[in-house]
Order: sequence, then structure tokens, then C-alpha cells
Amino acid sequence: MILGKPAPLLFGQLLLGIINGSFYAMLSMGLAIIFGLLRIINFAHGAMFMIGAFVTWGLLNYADIGFWWALILSPLIVGVAGYVLERVMISRIYNLDILYGLLLTFGMAQVMGGVMTNYFGSSGVSYDTPDLLSGVLDLGFMYMPVYRGFVVFAAVIICFGTWFAIEKTRLGALLRAATENPSLVQSFGVNVPRLIALTFAGGVGLAALAGVLAAPLYSVNPGMGDDLINTVFAVVVIGGMGSIGGAILTGFGLGIIEGFTDVFYPPGSAVVVFVVMAVVLLARPSGLFGKA
Amino acid sequence: MKVSRRKILGTAAVTGAAATLPRVPARAAGKSLTIGVCSDFSGPYSETGGKTSVACVQQALEDWGAAAKGYDVTVLQGDHQNKPDVGAGIARQWFDSGVDLLIDVPNSAVGLAIAGVAKEKDKAYINSNAASSKLTGAACNAQTIHWTYDTYMLAHSTGGAMVAAGGKSWFFITANYAFGQLLRDQTTAVVKAAGGTVVGDVDYPFPQTTDFSSFLVQAQSSGAQVLGLANAGKDTVNSIKQAHQFGITQSGMKIAGLLIFISDVHGMGLDIAQGLILTESFYWNMNDNTRAFTKRLLPKTPNNYPAMGQAGCYSGTLHFLKAVDVIGVPAASSGAAVVAQMKKMPTEDDAFGKCYIREDGRFMCPSFLFRVKKPGESSIPWDYYDLLHTTPADQTFAPLATEGCPLVKA
Repeated sequence: MILGKPAPLLFGQLLLGIINGSFYAMLSMGLAIIFGLLRIINFAHGAMFMIGAFVTWGLLNYADIGFWWALILSPLIVGVAGYVLERVMISRIYNLDILYGLLLTFGMAQVMGGVMTNYFGSSGVSYDTPDLLSGVLDLGFMYMPVYRGFVVFAAVIICFGTWFAIEKTRLGALLRAATENPSLVQSFGVNVPRLIALTFAGGVGLAALAGVLAAPLYSVNPGMGDDLINTVFAVVVIGGMGSIGGAILTGFGLGIIEGFTDVFYPPGSAVVVFVVMAVVLLARPSGLFGKA
Repeated sequence: MKVSRRKILGTAAVTGAAATLPRVPARAAGKSLTIGVCSDFSGPYSETGGKTSVACVQQALEDWGAAAKGYDVTVLQGDHQNKPDVGAGIARQWFDSGVDLLIDVPNSAVGLAIAGVAKEKDKAYINSNAASSKLTGAACNAQTIHWTYDTYMLAHSTGGAMVAAGGKSWFFITANYAFGQLLRDQTTAVVKAAGGTVVGDVDYPFPQTTDFSSFLVQAQSSGAQVLGLANAGKDTVNSIKQAHQFGITQSGMKIAGLLIFISDVHGMGLDIAQGLILTESFYWNMNDNTRAFTKRLLPKTPNNYPAMGQAGCYSGTLHFLKAVDVIGVPAASSGAAVVAQMKKMPTEDDAFGKCYIREDGRFMCPSFLFRVKKPGESSIPWDYYDLLHTTPADQTFAPLATEGCPLVKA
């Protein structure tokens, strides 16, 4: 017994918290990249996550393309759509106040949600767990669906890969330089607008990838992104706007805190993230990992 | 950032709601009526209410022959978004602009809020899709009729059957609002009266919860024999699906879905839903009359067969029209007058057969305990239930005068 709760229960919750944290980490990382490089608060991020899940479902039902290919194709498709959106719409408002980007992406999210509701209804569609990953592992203290374990595994790889690409590679250095001083980087012959559009495409592609992973877990429905996006924004704010490593660590951390709240005070699980956010903002206004 | 995200979202929500607030057309002369279907058109209860409820109201107009009898009936719809303030706002605006009957309203919190507005404006209100038995208890009034089902019926029928089958220790997963809490409390009373115990309970935030895994793991580690789901709609579907993923049923724990509709069974699929015990007061494949009603309705809702609450919208609208025809359209603008007339006349329709309305506003009909079929046993689309037991109307609902309804004289 730990704090009056059976230890196996707490281990179980820790594991579930890490699973939920995986999604927070993947989504907040994309948001942090986009905000860090484009200074756009992408409210359409949850919608992109939702579209990623629907594309996965569509690939299976219209083209008979299964989960494993969808892991590659769905982020690509959504990434291309993101590239077009950035070029056609978002790139026009970089010189305006930051609120315009927020409103534009919020509007785009509403449109995408509305269109999907119109075609699929609010309760959405279901997507089966891939055969290879169905089944349950008996861990002794709980039954663990194999697929959920896979999600954590995939999320850790995706997060590390992205962090590595941005912080440790030449391309990442170029991206970071372009945000610091676009005109200087452009004078070296780099096509900065394209670089920025590709960054946006990459960010929403990550959201779509999270959507693919979420499809077998939750019902694929037009509101699935809305359910997550508020929490994910809080994660980004707590981690420090624009800090990729911060977003990843905070994502996993908050997932775990939420998991434990579910045991000790279930009605509080919806607000605990925002309580943490308020406390962090009071103590460190620029977030845990943000630069002041 | 000067403007907060919350403020922007709030403004967007309010302007969005105002823009979609359904307007009432100007009243034509003669025998014209307006019926407003206030429901969940986009959230967790949209499959069990929503568009199919509207179709059921329209079916009632057709079956009764409203047009042939010289009535000009307009049907409106409004999405209460599971928010009591939005629902009460729609009701207030509708009643002020001449809506004669407000019907459906899944979600007990919204349903109870609208009962107050109906009383204040003296307009007829048939709640067919919220469960709280307070609608005919402390919150009852002369303008409100509670059709179809309530928490007392669900707790006693499904809960009682599970205890009788040997499920003595329970763990509840409860939607944390008026409906879930009441359903849990009433089921707890049934379990305890039969000598059972409740070993644990988690109240989860409604309606934003989609992942039930941590609650399910708690239920599992409690060692209870029965997992009581005091929730409904998409929440129930998600809970049961995830219970399978976590091996809950495989480990021998029984699931008591206290409120499951046929559309939920359809959403889960028989592979997962098979063997579930549930209670409804209407099943489309019950007898020739229910099948005939469903056959007429289906062209309007090709992808969704009616569940009990939706069938209640049909039955309620039909009975309302009959009552209005007796007292006349001008008198029917008083909700109390038309509801009094509805209570005087027995009801009869294809969906529920012959039933009646008690003085506290309770629609009295039998309830049926069903078991969900195995995949191999289902021969035609939506053929999902085996009937286990029928509870007569007078035993389905709480005895009159035990619920504290002010309309009932001691």
C-alpha cells in the first residue's frame, strides 16, 4: 500500500499516464515547433490530429491500405495539405499581430470539424487494432493491451527523432537560424519561405502521425482533437512556448500527473493540468523550459 | 498576448450558439402548431436523440394525418450542446415566440433546467430522453410529462437482475452530473436492499472524458463482481470497448450497463456487446406493431434504428396532437391545459401499445429486460435482443407519492 492505495493500482496508473502523456508529447512537440519557428499559435493542430485519424480510416476503407502503411502515408498526406495551407493562407499573416494567426487557425479547425461532422456524424467511425498488436499482456499488476505499449514505444522514438533532427542536425540548425534572422539566412541562398512552409508541414504531419496512433485507441470522430487540444496547449505553455524538449518532457509528466489524479480525486482529472499551468505561470512566467 | 484564449473561445461559442439559435416562423392563421425538438445533435447523446428524434416527431405528424386534418405543424430543432444554460435559452426563446410543445431533451441536467422554463412560461414539455426520476419527483410540474424511461426503472430492472444473478459486490463508474449520480445512488439502494455491497466508485468528468482506462483499471483492482456503468451514449460504448481491451470481462467481472440503447449496441458490434443485460421500454423488433412503425420510419433515418427515447418522441407527439385536437389550438397554448388533457386520455400507438400518464406526469408503460444476442444468433440487420423479462407498468416506476412531487396530494 502506498498512500492508502494498493501499489499495483498505482503502477497501473503510472503506465496509463505515460500512454496518455505520449499523445500530449507528440502533439505539443508539433505545436512547439510551429510556434518556435513561425510564431503561429496553431489552433488547427487538434483538427490535423483528427484528420490524420480519418485519413487512416479512409485508407483502410477506400483503398484497403492498412495501419503500417498509414503510419507513413497519413502524415505525408496531411503534411502536403499543411504545406498548401501555409502557402495559401497562413503565410499572408506573418506581418500581422499574433492574434490573427490564432483566429485564422481556429477558423480552419472549425471548418474541418464541421465538414467531418457533416460526412461522418459526431460519433464517428471505429478503427480496429492491427492484428499484430491486438491482445493483452498480463503484467502481474494489470492487464496491458499490447497496442498501448506499442504507442508508448512509438512515441518515444518519434519524440527523440524529432528533437534530434532539430537540435543536432544541419537542417535543424538552418531552421533555428532562419527563425532567429530570416534575412541573413536568405542571403546565404536558402529559400526561407519554403523552409518555413516545410516546417509547418512537418509540424502538422506529426499531429497526423499521432492521429494514426490514436485511431485504434479512441473512436475516430470529429471532436477527438478538441478533446485533446486544450490540454496540449497547457502542456506547451507549461513547458515553455517554443521549447521542444520542454514540450516532450512536460507532455509525459502531465500524463502521469493526470493518471494519479484519476486515482486520488477522479473529478479533478480534467482540471489538474490547468492547476499545474497556473502554478507554473505564477512561479516561472516563461514556462519550465522557456527562455525568459 | 492581450486577449486570452478562454475569452476568444467563449466569444466564439456564444456567437456560434446565437447564430444557430433556431428562429420561429410567424404564426399562420387557423390550426397551426409548432413543435421544437431540443436535443443533442453533435455530442455523446446525438445517436440516441438528435436527428432520429426529429424523424420520429415527423413520423407522428404523418401517421396522425396532421395535414389531412387541417393542421399546419412546423417542427424546429435546437442543439443544447449538453449545456443547461444553452438548453434553457433555447426553451425560453422558443416558448416566447409561440412554440407549443418542446420535446426530447437527452441529458438530465438540461432536461431539469427546461422543466423550470416550461413551468414559468406555461408550455407543454415532454421529456423523452433524460433519465432523472426527479422530473416526476421534486422537480415535477403541471406542464411536464416524462416519457419512456427513468433512473428508477433502470436501477431496478437492470440492477435488480444483476444482483439476482449473484452479482453482490459492485464498483461504479459514474458520469459526474445529475443523471449519473442519481442512477448510481438508486442502483446502490437496489444492491444494498438485496444484501449486496458497493466496494468503490469513480466519478469522471462529463462530457469530456473519452479514455476510461484508468477507471477501468481501478475497477479491476477492486475485485468487485459487477462493474456498474452509470453513464450513457458514447461514454458507455467507450467504457465497454475499453473494458474488453483491458481484459475485464475475460477476468470474470460482469458489466452492468445501466443505460444502454440499441444504437449503442450497434456502435459496439455484437462481438463486444454480446451477453450484455439491459433495459429498454421499446424494441423495434418486439411485435408486428413496432416493426410496422419502424418500417415507416426507416426511410427518414436509414442508418439508425429508433431507440426507446426516440420512439418516445413519436409516441409523445402523437398523444399531444390527439389532446390538442380535443381542446382546440387556442386552449393548447396553455401547457397546463394540454398536459391535463393528455393525462385524462389513455395513450395508444404502435411503438408502446396501450399506456397511460400518471398525475405526477409519469408516462406509465412496461419495461423489458433484454440480453444482447451472440453474433451468430442475429439474422437480420439490428436484430440484437432476446427478451428475458417484462415488468408491468405499475412496477416499472417508483410508486406514486414516494418521490415528493408537489402535484400529488397526500
